[in-house]
Amino acid sequence: MIRDITLGQYYQTDSVVHRLDPRTKLIATFAYLVSLFLGTNLYVYALAFIFLAVAVRSSRVPVKFIVRGMKAIAILMLVTVVINMFVIKGEPILTIGKLTVTREGVRTAAYMALRLTFLIMGSSIMTLTTTPNQLTDALESILKPLKIFKFPVHEISMMMSIALRFIPILIEETDKIMKAQLARGADFESGNVIKKAKSLVPVLVPLFISAFRRANDLALAMEARCYRGGEGRSKMKPLHYAKRDAAVYLYVCAYLVLIYVAGHDIPKFW
Amino acid sequence: MKLDVSTKEIVQIRKETVLVMGIIRASKLAFEYIRRDEEGNVEGITRAVDDVDLDVQQGEFIAILGHNGSGKSTLAKHLNAILYPTEGTVLIDGKDTTEEKYLWDIRQTAGMVFQNPDNQIIGQIVEEDVGFGPENLGVPTKEIWERVEESLKAVGMYEYRKYSPNKLSGGQKQRVSIASVIAMHPKCIILDEPTAMLDPSGRKEVIRAVRALNNVEKMTVILITHYMEEVIHADKVLVMDQGKVVMQGTPREIFSNVERLRELRLDVPQITLLAHELKKAGMPLSSGILTREELVRELEHILPKKAQ
Amino acid sequence: MKLIVDHLTYEYNKDTTLAVKALDDVSLVIGQGEMIGLIGHTGSGKSTLVQHLNALLTPDSGTVYFDGEDVFEKDYDRKKLRGKVGLVFQYPEHQLFEETVFQEVCYGPKNMGVSRKQSELSAYAALKQAGVPDECFYQSPFDLSGGQKRRVAIASVLAMKPEILVLDEPTAGLDPKGRYEILTQIRKLKEENNVTVILVSHSMEDVAEYVDRIVVIDHGKIRYDDKPRQVFAHYRELEVMGLAAPQVTYLMHELKEHGFDVDTNVTTIEEAKEVLLGKRM
Repeated sequence: MIRDITLGQYYQTDSVVHRLDPRTKLIATFAYLVSLFLGTNLYVYALAFIFLAVAVRSSRVPVKFIVRGMKAIAILMLVTVVINMFVIKGEPILTIGKLTVTREGVRTAAYMALRLTFLIMGSSIMTLTTTPNQLTDALESILKPLKIFKFPVHEISMMMSIALRFIPILIEETDKIMKAQLARGADFESGNVIKKAKSLVPVLVPLFISAFRRANDLALAMEARCYRGGEGRSKMKPLHYAKRDAAVYLYVCAYLVLIYVAGHDIPKFW
Repeated sequence: MKLDVSTKEIVQIRKETVLVMGIIRASKLAFEYIRRDEEGNVEGITRAVDDVDLDVQQGEFIAILGHNGSGKSTLAKHLNAILYPTEGTVLIDGKDTTEEKYLWDIRQTAGMVFQNPDNQIIGQIVEEDVGFGPENLGVPTKEIWERVEESLKAVGMYEYRKYSPNKLSGGQKQRVSIASVIAMHPKCIILDEPTAMLDPSGRKEVIRAVRALNNVEKMTVILITHYMEEVIHADKVLVMDQGKVVMQGTPREIFSNVERLRELRLDVPQITLLAHELKKAGMPLSSGILTREELVRELEHILPKKAQ
Repeated sequence: MKLIVDHLTYEYNKDTTLAVKALDDVSLVIGQGEMIGLIGHTGSGKSTLVQHLNALLTPDSGTVYFDGEDVFEKDYDRKKLRGKVGLVFQYPEHQLFEETVFQEVCYGPKNMGVSRKQSELSAYAALKQAGVPDECFYQSPFDLSGGQKRRVAIASVLAMKPEILVLDEPTAGLDPKGRYEILTQIRKLKEENNVTVILVSHSMEDVAEYVDRIVVIDHGKIRYDDKPRQVFAHYRELEVMGLAAPQVTYLMHELKEHGFDVDTNVTTIEEAKEVLLGKRM
């Protein structure tokens, strides 16, 4: 179950999306995330859905694979939806005891769920088709102007790329430690919240120790391979924009305009 | 035949021989660290490496054996300027490791492969990891790709270049780590227990790759291990105990002394051990038998053939 | 006490394209006081199998019976089972977390619901059995050497007083002396306390030396289940599975090929020595 999280995993295949410049993907993803907040009506979501569908389709990552990654956040989504349903005031449609579900609540909750789904699927497409190294290269390149303000652009992108590399390893390790403690009679399920939290100590302590050990080893290995910060480094995969990137930028711009129009000018039906 | 070499020339040749320096030279190397208790008070001083001399020539395959805590890994960390000697000096390609200006030269000259295969791969894809070292050295893009290709081919991992390291076996990961080091074009490669966490087939893979580097690419290799079978093909074996080099010689010389090796907490390959036991029981075998073939060959003269 | 593995099948990443059959119709009977070696190449399914023995994994089909009871039955007390079938994972020192060695070893029995006094007694006995020296008891487990940590981790499972002890590669990464000491300690445990031991290992030499029965697993299926001599007679087949027989077994086969009349069913140095000395001219 814990292995199912797809965020931060790379899906190996060859597609147009894979071949895009990572800067394009990063900016397009960012634009997409922003677009989701530009309006809340059916047209906006329909457009967002089409955009996402096109991206998923052309990335050649199986939908099943992306959906499996969503399972991990299903609970978070459920909680958001339920809270929204009850908290938002408006025309009541159902009353359970003191709690009232309103029409507005249901609508907001549905949109919220859609928005969250789109948000996560959109970012998953980026991480699934871009290696963390490419991603951090892109980030470094986009944020380069900030160097003038002594902002540690290279260091931050390097930290990110390492974190992403170690996420799957640490997830696997957590799984293993949990099993090992279960074998020693640990119980992670019964008891109240405090007891449950306490029962995690035997998992967290070894996990932190292992993470520190790994960090230490990795730092040593990087130094041994002459890593000394961003100065004087060359690039194995320098970023080059191609024609398809220009096409994607145009496409994204058109999408944003459409979203803007859909969010504002079209009369709302409900 | 008369040799017409004058005394003067002989002197000249000898001088030159002295001047040809080993790629790695350590003299009277010692490393101490201070042990502290929980409050930070000094508990004592541990001499992890004690009076070690080492002279490695270009192209040699040196193996360093020793049990856990014998000081072999501490010694290795001196050859890559990760640790600095408390006493004595370490020269890598003639450069003193304590001089800061040589730090990166030394790390490039003497590449290092570590024990844990997961904790030394930086890239998310095999080829990106191999490219990491050359990137740090500022090698031009086109050449990085050439180096990545040649290094991955040298360890037989070229067809895995697009893989995520997480999808590889332990032995494959260690081969990638070796490729990542040789992509920096070092003159020598130091492997600090590269097989300790691998299964037997992974161990074989890695040792095969290391031997090929030494035989084909003429790379100087320093292999640190506690598996005796892995040192059979080395030119020279050093055995360490309590920070000191306690035995030194060809594998055959080392393996002749089974009792001593056992005292040093090292286990001897089964075949060598069997030969030793048989010899002790009075069989006329030579000492330091390393392989099955050798033992079979010797036994042929001793055992009676099947009645025809 | 008997552990019966009945037609176990287990698949990883079920219902996806990445599905891997880790266990395929595995059946096995483990009797009281046996010392069994479980061998297989990395990824052969041996770790998956041992995780079923104490119900850490739930099979897709088939089941495991402990003392005649189905351990995957809905209201079976699996926590208790984990005390009876102690599983020591690979690199068990990576799960240490307590402040002192003694507290670390008390964790298991405490989880089993044993009284404090009783936990401490079992912890003490377990530390002794695992060969941890007294002066380490109140040290932090993180200050110990690698070999000592491993013993503490083994003791932490022993403290639950398991009837079956399963050890996944207990000697991985240790030097020869550490390896020898741990294996000898395990054998002593079996002999003195009649604990059933299942040893998962890569080292054929170790397995040949210490166990009386070998189970070979490959691609999720049991290929051989027999005495070491019989299993190693199939050394050619073992090689295909990425395994090997002990070096001395190979030697005997080579001698035979060279025309010597020697017994090839040899798996340890002692046996080889005996055979060869007996043949001397």
